[in-house]
Amino acid sequence: MSAPPLLAVEGMSLDFRTRDGRVKALDGISFEVQRGEILGIVGESGSGKSVSAYAIMDLLDDNAELGAARLDFAGADLLAGDRSALRGMRGREISMIFQSPRTALNPIRPVGKQIEDVLVRHGPVPRRQAKEKAIAALRKVRIPDPERRYDAYPFELSGGMCQRVMIAMALACEPMLLIADEPTTGLDVTTQAVILDLVRDLVDHSRMAAILITHDLGLAGEYCDRVVVMHAGHVVETAPVADLLARPAHPYSARLIAATPSSASSVDGLASIPGNLPNLLRDDLPLCRFRERCDRAIARCDSDPLPATEVAPGHLVRCWRPL
Amino acid sequence: MTALVEAKGLKRFYKVGSGRTRGTLHALDGVDLSIGTGESVGLVGESGCGKSTLARVLARLVEPTAGSILFRGEDIAAIPLRRFVASPVRPRIQMVFQDPTESLNPHLTVGEAVADPIRRLTGVRDTAEIDRRAHAALERVGLPEVLIGRYPHQLSGGQKARVGIARAIAVEPELLILDEPTSALDVSVQAVVLKLLADLRDRLGMSYVFVSHDLDVVRLLCERVVVMYLGEVVESAPASALFEAPAHPYTRALIAAIPDPQRRGARPPRLDGSPKSPIDPDPNACRFYGRCPIGQPVCGTTKPPLKPVGAGHSAACHFAGPPAETLGSQGQ
Repeated sequence: MSAPPLLAVEGMSLDFRTRDGRVKALDGISFEVQRGEILGIVGESGSGKSVSAYAIMDLLDDNAELGAARLDFAGADLLAGDRSALRGMRGREISMIFQSPRTALNPIRPVGKQIEDVLVRHGPVPRRQAKEKAIAALRKVRIPDPERRYDAYPFELSGGMCQRVMIAMALACEPMLLIADEPTTGLDVTTQAVILDLVRDLVDHSRMAAILITHDLGLAGEYCDRVVVMHAGHVVETAPVADLLARPAHPYSARLIAATPSSASSVDGLASIPGNLPNLLRDDLPLCRFRERCDRAIARCDSDPLPATEVAPGHLVRCWRPL
Repeated sequence: MTALVEAKGLKRFYKVGSGRTRGTLHALDGVDLSIGTGESVGLVGESGCGKSTLARVLARLVEPTAGSILFRGEDIAAIPLRRFVASPVRPRIQMVFQDPTESLNPHLTVGEAVADPIRRLTGVRDTAEIDRRAHAALERVGLPEVLIGRYPHQLSGGQKARVGIARAIAVEPELLILDEPTSALDVSVQAVVLKLLADLRDRLGMSYVFVSHDLDVVRLLCERVVVMYLGEVVESAPASALFEAPAHPYTRALIAAIPDPQRRGARPPRLDGSPKSPIDPDPNACRFYGRCPIGQPVCGTTKPPLKPVGAGHSAACHFAGPPAETLGSQGQ
């Protein structure tokens, strides 16, 4: 990997101040997104997948305290400089799509107009040319009959169509990075396949890269190039996807893979993961946050900072006793 | 295997619109379904295919427009809903709902939530006996004693799912209807709940109707799978036969849409678009026609009936069969 990455996150930590104390949501996470790839971020709810994306997008609430050794996007330092200028660049160059597209769209504005708004706000597109561009954006995500759909309200479209509108909106300014946060949760498998085929095509045939946040390892396996596994605010493993699925090195990744229904031939073959995520409010969180759920834990897991071991090219694991 | 439930010609229509836009929505349109004692039947299909309506009709939460449901030989569809509540069959059929947070009363503790159906449905009046049964149900689903006094908001998603299951099995039903019971859960929790459901079935000998959009989950838990499309059954088969040799083109498309790391890069044909409107469908056309990758003119004029294609395996398609065979017979 000689080319500089499109996005570099290094040692990013994030705390939320709450009435009950500090929630240590992210603790020194690092990952990179290369140009032309789909990076998967997988993990259970509460592992920090979504807040990592929010941190990159500067969408965090006021009670968040973010720190990082490095947060670079396309050569620009996202930690330094004028926040509103950076915000403009984020809007143009990094787009995000969310779960439940119907709630993310404005219910009382036609979807075509909503795409126009994005074009006018972020691009040098004058209002009178915006309609044409918005229709082109709808066509690009293969919405049938885009001229008519331009005038449709979100409630008139199916969930899959709404998600395509979201993607059209996200892609309207031709961003360099698309962050998709569980984009197909709640959609049918048939629709999910069509939507993700589309994202894959866009990454393969344009300059765009993507981050796919998902809890579904099967999905990550089919569509991502590399995967980052998160657990309780830590990145525990980073690997090329085939390598991860075939030879997981972190005990948590291995359990997660074995708990996925597609990997098992019977219910008895399904693995479970003992315990729950540790409460991130705790002040005595162990150095390895998986330690209390791990059957391979040794004393060292809580006394020495976790090493990052490269077990194969591009395959990193943070564990004292990798598999 | 003797049939516990034998449903015939189940229909559920809804009147929609008014004036010139008036129509009839065919949510469920002539479904036959048989469930053996101790058998697990999976209902799959896209949203809007009628699988949840079928589950609710079987649980007698929704009145069927037409059809019969024989439960141990007695037609329970003929009993009016108001009377069914007091019927001795009521506790024999229980349901577990999709969202464990939405389906629990926030004002009831875990213990109260589980005791409630026992009090209402079994006729047991003795408080100590109700308590004993509630404790037994909670123990069966592996919920620790300390949680009995807790309210739903103090529980994790997996614990709430267990309470929902405990409520349903507390009255010792013979048929448990599960509507997407794990779709709101993380995979690690889902694995635990699936193991629990398999274990309960083996120990208590219940029959399951398992509604799910996740075919992998159905494959693990069900012996037979029923595929629905626009209110109709398009294929019914033993789980292994369905996944190995799906006969209906819609089933093949559904299976092809399951994410599969092995398939990386190779792009199977996808099923695009959405189903036709369920309002006043053409009675003479296959409902999959128009979206079907192998549709022929005959599919637009003659509706294919559900017909046998193998042992315990039937499909509603003029060209039912494995893909290669179907392509070969197209020219005839």
